[in-house]
Amino acid sequence: MTTSGWRLTTSYQAIPEERVSVPLLVGRWTLRGMSHVGRVSYLLYEIVRGLGEWRIWIPRTVEQGINVGYGSLFIVLLTASFAGGVVSLQTGYQFTGSIPVYFAAGVIVKSIILEMGPVLTALILAGRIGARYAAELGTMRVTEQIDALESLGRSPVTHLVIPRVVAGTLLLPVLVIFANIMGIAAGWFASKGALDISNADFAFGVRFWVEPFDIWYSMIKSFFFGLAVTVVPCYMGFNTQQGAEGVGRSTTAAVVSSSVLILFLDAVLAKILLS
Amino acid sequence: MIQLRQIRKAFGDNVVLDGVDLTIQSGETAVLLGPSGVGKSVLLKHINGLLRPDAGEVWVDNLLVGQLDKRQLSQLRSRIGYVFQFGALFDSMDVFENVRLGITNEDLFQDMDYCRTRIQACLEHVNLPSDTVVKYPSDLSGGMKKRVGIARAIAGEPDYLLYDEPTSGLDPVNADIIDALVEKLQDELNVTSILVSHDVRGSFRVADRLALLKDGKVVATGTPGELRDSDNQDVREFLERDFGSSTVTER
Repeated sequence: MTTSGWRLTTSYQAIPEERVSVPLLVGRWTLRGMSHVGRVSYLLYEIVRGLGEWRIWIPRTVEQGINVGYGSLFIVLLTASFAGGVVSLQTGYQFTGSIPVYFAAGVIVKSIILEMGPVLTALILAGRIGARYAAELGTMRVTEQIDALESLGRSPVTHLVIPRVVAGTLLLPVLVIFANIMGIAAGWFASKGALDISNADFAFGVRFWVEPFDIWYSMIKSFFFGLAVTVVPCYMGFNTQQGAEGVGRSTTAAVVSSSVLILFLDAVLAKILLS
Repeated sequence: MIQLRQIRKAFGDNVVLDGVDLTIQSGETAVLLGPSGVGKSVLLKHINGLLRPDAGEVWVDNLLVGQLDKRQLSQLRSRIGYVFQFGALFDSMDVFENVRLGITNEDLFQDMDYCRTRIQACLEHVNLPSDTVVKYPSDLSGGMKKRVGIARAIAGEPDYLLYDEPTSGLDPVNADIIDALVEKLQDELNVTSILVSHDVRGSFRVADRLALLKDGKVVATGTPGELRDSDNQDVREFLERDFGSSTVTER
């Protein structure tokens, strides 16, 4: 109920009605965004500072690594094989007529190494690992387990965040290597049908087009994507509030934010490294 | 000794603590009484720096908690055992690992022989069988979780023990067991204990001194006898609601 710019609450206490304007919204979102950037930066600083306490985080990193690496391998390989096959089929559809067929092999392999392998793997891990991290840490926050760690004089960053970030950041490039191999193999197999390309032509096309830097580029991207799919969900989980609903909100925000950040980093790194 | 001076804390517009003054002497068991939502747990979390006051000072053994850096705060926390209201046990770890995390000295934490001995001793202190170590928090009853929480809090041999509603959510029999345990630990470990509770009977049983919180302030302090005989209207209202006309059992 409103009367002349004032809103009446159920307790009939009149409070000024907020006038929402575009500059106000822009300012509010800017401040909120800067606050997140500042807090994520501080978390990164805490992570770097906590690396010295290796006796605590290394054993836990192994546990997390098994989950990230072994646990994600099947879905990563499955996705990469479909991606490789589809890239091959679409290349076959586009490469008609006068273009030498071995060009297609280069396009397929480069597409997988430079883009499909790293980005698809990172997006899968954003859903699988990012959601898990945010939900785990969020639940620990709302059930006071993180407070309990602090009350024992222990750093929650060293015990909970560093093992997750290190495991994810180191293992994402490894998963991308597997994804690239699987994608290329599937692409090769599919191209035989789609392009009628011989093994020798495919191998020549790869040697002709693919450079060692492409592998490095794929690994550098994967490293940054690894940071994105671990640091952002850990931050979201760490700052969870308001019980089960808050955990759900953090989990959703973690997956959405890390996915958007992956796409943003993809564009930025392409501009920086490929220009 | 713990001193709380003019502690103020608000969450948004909600003022929870509005100038709390309280001193807890070394070796005593103090109980912060008050109805639910009055800010007892919030006050407790200021003592080990889990929360920082908007205004006021928290002193623990001549250390101003708000001015400690991370390392100093970590050292202070390792001397303060904290028993959480709902246990706050790490649900991905078994009881052994939960209690082991309470061993705050890193060298001792890495010494597995010491850890095994210490964890068994802590479980004995809280009357839990030795085979509890292999269980997970989800396998434990509410009372057992509380006791594992206490075992974790004493594992680092702290000077202070803070209990956040140690008997809430327990049936009267289990609540009595926990109260007896608090008394026993006080006698055996000779620590300074601070409990927050709205359970008047249990509080009068274990406390050397009580403080009643109302409207963000301490409105009364005293021994169980002094509070029982107090003319303070807030004290009378709070005690009569729980006791009626029955007799209070003192420690």
